[in-house]
Amino acid sequence: MSVPMPTHSSSASTLQPEKGQTHPFLGARSSLNLRRRLVNALVVLLTTLAALFAAGLLIYLLFYVLSQGLRYINLDFFTQLPTPNGEPGGGMGEAFQGSLILIALASLMGVPLGLFTGIYLAEFGRGPFAQAVRFLVDVLNGIPTIIFGLLAWVLIVIPMQTFSGLAGGFALGMIMIPIVTRTSEDVLRLVPRELREASLALGATEARTILQVVLPAARNGIITGVVLAMARVAGETAPLLMTAFGTTFWNTDITQPIDALPLRIFQFTLSPYQQQVNQAYAGAFVLIVLILLASLAVRLATGGFKQH
Amino acid sequence: MIQERANLTKAQQQWLRWQRLLRAQRPGDLFFRGITLLFVLIVLGLVVGTAWILVSNSLPTIRRFGLSFLTNKAFDPVHDTYGVLPAIAGTLITSAFALIFAVPLGLGAAIFLVDFCPRPLRLVLAFLIDLLAAIPSVIYGLWGFLVLAPWLHNYGEPWLQQHLGFLPLFQGQPEGVGYLGAGIVLTMMILPLIISVSREVMLVTPVAQREALLALGATRWEVIRHAVLPFARVGILGGVILALGRALGETMAVTMIIGNQANEPSFSLFTPGYTLASVIANQFGEATPGLFLSAIIEAGLILFIITLMTNILARWLIASLQRQAQGSRGGRP
Repeated sequence: MSVPMPTHSSSASTLQPEKGQTHPFLGARSSLNLRRRLVNALVVLLTTLAALFAAGLLIYLLFYVLSQGLRYINLDFFTQLPTPNGEPGGGMGEAFQGSLILIALASLMGVPLGLFTGIYLAEFGRGPFAQAVRFLVDVLNGIPTIIFGLLAWVLIVIPMQTFSGLAGGFALGMIMIPIVTRTSEDVLRLVPRELREASLALGATEARTILQVVLPAARNGIITGVVLAMARVAGETAPLLMTAFGTTFWNTDITQPIDALPLRIFQFTLSPYQQQVNQAYAGAFVLIVLILLASLAVRLATGGFKQH
Repeated sequence: MIQERANLTKAQQQWLRWQRLLRAQRPGDLFFRGITLLFVLIVLGLVVGTAWILVSNSLPTIRRFGLSFLTNKAFDPVHDTYGVLPAIAGTLITSAFALIFAVPLGLGAAIFLVDFCPRPLRLVLAFLIDLLAAIPSVIYGLWGFLVLAPWLHNYGEPWLQQHLGFLPLFQGQPEGVGYLGAGIVLTMMILPLIISVSREVMLVTPVAQREALLALGATRWEVIRHAVLPFARVGILGGVILALGRALGETMAVTMIIGNQANEPSFSLFTPGYTLASVIANQFGEATPGLFLSAIIEAGLILFIITLMTNILARWLIASLQRQAQGSRGGRP
C-alpha cells in the first residue's frame, strides 16, 4: 500500500461511463466487477505465496549455511593449514593466502584490459567496429566460466606440465575483463559532456582530458566495478579445478599449484571426514560474509539504498 | 574547392582525410588512442583465440567421430570411444527444469516485491535477494550435496514415488543424487537472479502510466497486466535468458549433486546423470593426450556453442521486441 489510491468502488461511482459508451475497465454490470476483483485477489494471493516460498527457501539456505559455519570459525581457521585425514584442529589459511594471490593476478590482467577497453568504447567508440567490440565483450561475459578453465589448461597447464597459480589467475582474469569493461564504459558515459568541453577549451589535449578530468570524475564508479569483479572471481571454483588445482600447503610460488577458498570448500564438502565437512561450512560462512561486505560497500558507494 | 575534391577518386579523398586527421592530432593524443586500441585488440584476440583454441584442440575427435560425437552415449576412455549425448541431454533437462520452476516463481515474487510488499519488508527482502544472486555456486552445491541430496534420498524421492509413482518421471531407484536434485539446486541458483532483474525493470515503469490506469479504475492486477508487464517485458526476457545461460554453463553446483554417471537418457528424474560442464570437471584429471583430451575440449566447444547461440538468440529476440514496442508507441523510444 505504498501509493495512495482511490478504492475501486469509489472510482466506479464517480466515473460511470455514459450510456452507449464502452469503458476499458468499468463494466456496467457489477458481476463483471466482482470477477475482476476476484482475479485481482487471486493474483495478490499467488504472488504473495510465490514470494514467501522463494524468499523462504533461499533465506533458509543462507541462514542454514551461515549458522552451521559460524560454529567452526576460530582464529586457527584463518592461520593454520588443514590437518591430515580429518584430525581435529587446523584451518584453511593457505586457501585465504592463495585466493588473495589469485585475485591479485586476475586483477593484474583483468583491470587494465577491461578499463582501457571501457575507455575506448566510451570515448572513441563509434561505428561498426565499436559495436562489434561490444558484442564480443558481451559474448565473453556469457561464456561459462569452466571454458576459461579449459582455455588456461590448454594454454598454460599442459605446456608447463604442472597446475599453477598463473593459469588460475589467467582464467579468473578472463572473467574479470567483461565486468570491468561494461561498468567502466557505463560510468565514463555518465561524466557530463561539459566537463570534457571545459577541459578541452582550456587547451588540454584529449589524452590529458581523459586521464586527468574524466577518469577522476568517474573514479568511484570504476572502483565499484573493480570491486564487483573481484567479488565475483573470489567465489569462482570451476575454472580453478583444472588450473590452480589446490594444495594443502603454504605456497606463494605462482608456477606451482595454489589453493583457493572456494576450491577448498568444494574439496572439503566432498570429504569423508566430518572435521573437513565442518570446515567447508566455515569456509562458506567466510565467503558469504566477504560477498556481503563487498555488496554493502558497493551500495554505500553508489547510494543504492536511497534509490528505491 | 568542392569541385576540385569531386575530381579526386574515393581512395584519394580517404587519404586526404587521414592526412588531415593526423595533422590535427597531437602526438600524445594519437599515442593514447593507440594504447586504448591496442588493449581493445588484445581483448578481441582473447575472445577469438578462445574459440580458435577450442576448435583446433578438438579437431582429433571431430575428425574421428564427426557428428556421432553428439549421438554416441558412451564417454569411454578405456575403449577410446567418446560421445556426449547423455551430457547434452543432462544439460538441457536440468536447465529446462530450472526455468520451468524459477520463471513463474521468480516473476511472481518480483511482482509481489514491487507492488504488494509492505514497504519496510521490501528493502530487506530486495537486499537479501540481490545478495543471494551474488553468492557463489559452490555454496549452493555444498547445500545441495550435504542437505538436499540426503533429504531427497530418505524422504523426498520415496514420497514422490509413493504418491506420483505412476508417472515415468518418478520411477526408478531413489538415490538422492540425480537430475531432480540438480534441477532443484539450479532452480534455487537462478531464482534470485530472475527476481532481482525483473524487479529492477518493473520498478522503472513510469509512474504516470500506473496512475493513468488507476485513474481509469483498474485493479492492481490490471495495472500490472496492462502497464507494468508490457513495459518490463524486454527486460524480464533479458533476465530469463541470462539465467538460462547461467544454468546451462553451471559447473560446481551441478557437479556436486548430479551423480556424474553417463546413463542411458531416461524419463526418470531420479537417475544420476551428467552435464557438459560436469563431464569436463570430472574427466580432466585423468585426461591423456590424444583423443581423450580432445573429447573433453570438444565437450567444452559444444557448451560454448550452445551458450553463444543462446546469447545471439536473446539479442535478436530483444531487438525485435524493442522494435515492436517502438512501433506500437508511435515511434517513441
